[in-house]
Amino acid sequence: MRFFVRRIIFYAITLWAAITINFFIPRVMPGDPVQAAIAAGGGTISPDAIPALQALFGIDPTQSLWSQYVDYLQMLAHGDLGTSFTYIGSPVLDVIKQALPWTIGLVGIATIISFVIGTLIGSGIGWRRGTWADSLLPISTFFSAVPYFWLALIAIAIFSVALGWFPSSGSYDRNMVPNLSWDFIGSVIYYGTLPALTIVISSISGWILGMRNMMVTVSSEDYVTVAQAKGLSERKVLFGYAARNAILPQVSSFALSLGFIVGGTLIMEIVFSYQGIGFLLFNAVNAKDYPLMQGCFLVITIAVLAANILADFVYGALDPRTRQEG
Amino acid sequence: MSAVPELQRAARPAHDPVLEIKNLSVDYGYDDPTHVLRQVSLNLNRGEVLGLAGESGCGKSTLAYAATRLLPPPGLITGGQVLFTDRDGTQSDILAMNDSDLRASRWQDMAIVFQGAMNSLNPVFRIGRQIADGIQAHKPGISKKEALERAGELLDMVGISADRLRDYPHQLSGGMRQRVMIAMALALDPQVLIMDEPTTALDVVMQRQIVEQIAELRERLGFSVIFITHDVSLLIEIADRIAIMYAGEIVEDASSQDVYRRPRHPYADGLLHSFPPLRGPRRELGGIPGSPPDMSKLPTGCPFRDRCEFAWDACAAITPELTGTAVAGDDPRRTVACLRHTPDLVQAAGFEPKPVPERLALR
Amino acid sequence: MSIDSEVLERDLDVAQEAAAPTSPRRKFLFMRNTKALTGLVILGFFTLMAIIGPWIAPYDPDARSKDVLQPPSWDHLFGTTHIGQDVFSQILVGTRGVMVVGFVAGIVATTIGVLIGVTAGYIGGFGDEGLSALSNVFLVIPQLPLIIIIAGQLPSAGGLTVALVIAATGWAWGARVLRAQTLSLRKRDFIEAARANGEKSWRIITAEILPNLTAIIAAGFVGTVGFAVLSQITLSFIGITSVSEWNWGTVLFWAQAQLALQQGAWWWFVPAGLCIALLGMSLTLINFGIDEFVNPRLRSTGLNARKLRKRQIRPRIGFTPVVHEAKEDRS
Repeated sequence: MRFFVRRIIFYAITLWAAITINFFIPRVMPGDPVQAAIAAGGGTISPDAIPALQALFGIDPTQSLWSQYVDYLQMLAHGDLGTSFTYIGSPVLDVIKQALPWTIGLVGIATIISFVIGTLIGSGIGWRRGTWADSLLPISTFFSAVPYFWLALIAIAIFSVALGWFPSSGSYDRNMVPNLSWDFIGSVIYYGTLPALTIVISSISGWILGMRNMMVTVSSEDYVTVAQAKGLSERKVLFGYAARNAILPQVSSFALSLGFIVGGTLIMEIVFSYQGIGFLLFNAVNAKDYPLMQGCFLVITIAVLAANILADFVYGALDPRTRQEG
Repeated sequence: MSAVPELQRAARPAHDPVLEIKNLSVDYGYDDPTHVLRQVSLNLNRGEVLGLAGESGCGKSTLAYAATRLLPPPGLITGGQVLFTDRDGTQSDILAMNDSDLRASRWQDMAIVFQGAMNSLNPVFRIGRQIADGIQAHKPGISKKEALERAGELLDMVGISADRLRDYPHQLSGGMRQRVMIAMALALDPQVLIMDEPTTALDVVMQRQIVEQIAELRERLGFSVIFITHDVSLLIEIADRIAIMYAGEIVEDASSQDVYRRPRHPYADGLLHSFPPLRGPRRELGGIPGSPPDMSKLPTGCPFRDRCEFAWDACAAITPELTGTAVAGDDPRRTVACLRHTPDLVQAAGFEPKPVPERLALR
Repeated sequence: MSIDSEVLERDLDVAQEAAAPTSPRRKFLFMRNTKALTGLVILGFFTLMAIIGPWIAPYDPDARSKDVLQPPSWDHLFGTTHIGQDVFSQILVGTRGVMVVGFVAGIVATTIGVLIGVTAGYIGGFGDEGLSALSNVFLVIPQLPLIIIIAGQLPSAGGLTVALVIAATGWAWGARVLRAQTLSLRKRDFIEAARANGEKSWRIITAEILPNLTAIIAAGFVGTVGFAVLSQITLSFIGITSVSEWNWGTVLFWAQAQLALQQGAWWWFVPAGLCIALLGMSLTLINFGIDEFVNPRLRSTGLNARKLRKRQIRPRIGFTPVVHEAKEDRS
């Protein structure tokens, strides 16, 4: 249990750090974000909102930094992320609530698919070294070096513009009203296929290479040789002994690189104009909608932390050593 | 052993080999190989404990792994035979087997206890499951419950309570893990048990217990053992016969009492003098000057000559062969690879033969 | 980046081999590694372009011309944009921006990483706990969104500012690896001996520990450069940083903004992407080289598969291949 307690404490610290970073960024930046925000809002911001903005950015000279910080934490504790400029008057939280399911659906599912398939391929390549499978390595290397968004551009150029198989932007047919019908779900899947495929293809090579290297390392462990010496079937040695142990660092590296992957996939949403949180962040940055920007960052961070906690539990379930008492 | 003349071999009373390694050659690396074993021959008789000794890097573990074809890449077996004789007398060459035959033979015929007990167990499975999966792989009809029951009996046999079956490896001490490995190796009642430095990582007390346990189990179950260690004094206590390796070759092969009291090879002599005969704190090998040669650029002639006080010009030119000794009255079955024992060979090559030095001709 | 993070898990394992003294022979071996060599050659090429690119560019990248949206030709190697700018010149001129940001961010982040990682590993105790927690926090927080909101709030985010922001968020990975490595080095005999001799800490760190961390620091640096290049190009592409400073991301930004995709102007976005991929690949290859140099187990046995097949050798665990090639002259 100690393992989990330690991890939970760590995540609490990380969350606090993210919130604090979020608090300080607008305060240490040069310039006056409130004025910039009002200018960017172009008259859509009522004068009533100015105190709230000031609280958010801590411009109020009558308050000490510490009391501003306490105010900020209190706001967050009540789920108040401020009010968006661009979505006039809507609380940031509501705007984000609209976008979040799309991101979790697209990025979440695509990342898991990519992880699972990549890990399987990687264990195959790592196990059968010196065969044709090794030729997949240079291809993976190439794909791991390409920026996600560029691959998305190419995918659009080929599959939407040239072949016309998939729509190039959006998340469902705009003529439809979102509901729980099969038609609508079908449309969501149809619109999501190309972005999801692009995410899978661009992130899979990382998992392949990582798992391949872990397989190579684990394969030279004594217990794998012992398993072979016992005359177990190839399948049992591969999945029960080699891959079963190689997956442990793979899972922890999954947790560690989630932040990076999520960052890259959010850009995909921008390229595909997919109405998730990445696209929202992009719009917020362009519109200088500071509350929305910071809200997006915080929510993305919390989502990544939640995924990390999940990965930790998976790790704990896979590795008996973490369950050790004391 | 195949170098022994045919006459002597026939005269040997207890010649009942369960494992015959013939001219086994092993390379390390594929493109620019290092010849780590060069035509090594060695016999293991039924019911015998054969000790394999030598400094680290001399190829003793390589020999064991190559004979079972467990040598990891870039190891490559480049020649020879490993003949296993079953209880009913059928012979099979392990090096000629296909994958499925080899799988079927493994653990059933020959089992191995590996060097590091720490890493020999899969850290994520319970030990019961790890013993049972080996049983199930060879006895398709057996249920998981029966296999686990058998695993419990095996643990009991090595002095571990059967309720440890549900433990993970990290919950066991080093000595217990090594016992688990022994129990696991005996699961299918193998005829040959290869033990690669089974006690090196353990403290002296634990070493003692394990060695005694192996001896006792062998009495009861009657398997043959190849015991690999660099600790010659340990071997003298437990082995019937000892083969000493140097630079990828066997340099002396004799009964353990003969090796202990009457070593014939200068290296065997040096090895004996570098270990205290009685149990005591382990020391660095100090009895032999110099260090083992670089296997990747082995000179011609005797590989030991640079460290040998008895070397002369012939040693640089002629590669010694494993033959009978030149000391009158020696056990005819013992062999040694030293030019001092083969005056004919030296003469044939045009050198002046030299006699066996007094220290290597003790009676 | 996920390729790199797997290295984290292996690091302790590798520490043993990494700390082996680097003899000239081993250095030579690193240069002999074809992967590393290929990577270095490509990297060298781009570095050269970064230096001479602006001088050898055939056109002013901003200059408009009448050749609007021309496909590649001898006049315009990579074609032209919607207002007749030469894409080839844009990419040549933009190389400098990419490389400068990559290297500045790489150097700064590696310096922070070394300072924090080595200190944490060397001092141990509470200081270590604190510094490790700090680097883990920075590892887990999604960097790109963080960079985006920082860069988005800066009044004008030019190249160097972006480099510093990237460095400030991207040092944690290197620090983590270095901490683990230092920790294992510290327990070695030669460090213990130096401590017992009463050597000063800074001397032990600079004379005994840092030389043994060279490979890891280099790998961290290369990885960070790759990360910085990708981040900067991404930022330029989504138009958060200054779009008037040329780099490959800016080229892609204009291509996207001017609907190059929809007009089938593939020459506008393909070359920039390939350059990024090529540069990224060269960095990955160098890192593979370092990895294999540090962890010999990863070497793909260093031989060509065809030759092995000819000899009917299939290297694998648990089934040593048997070929009857050795001479058998003993009875």
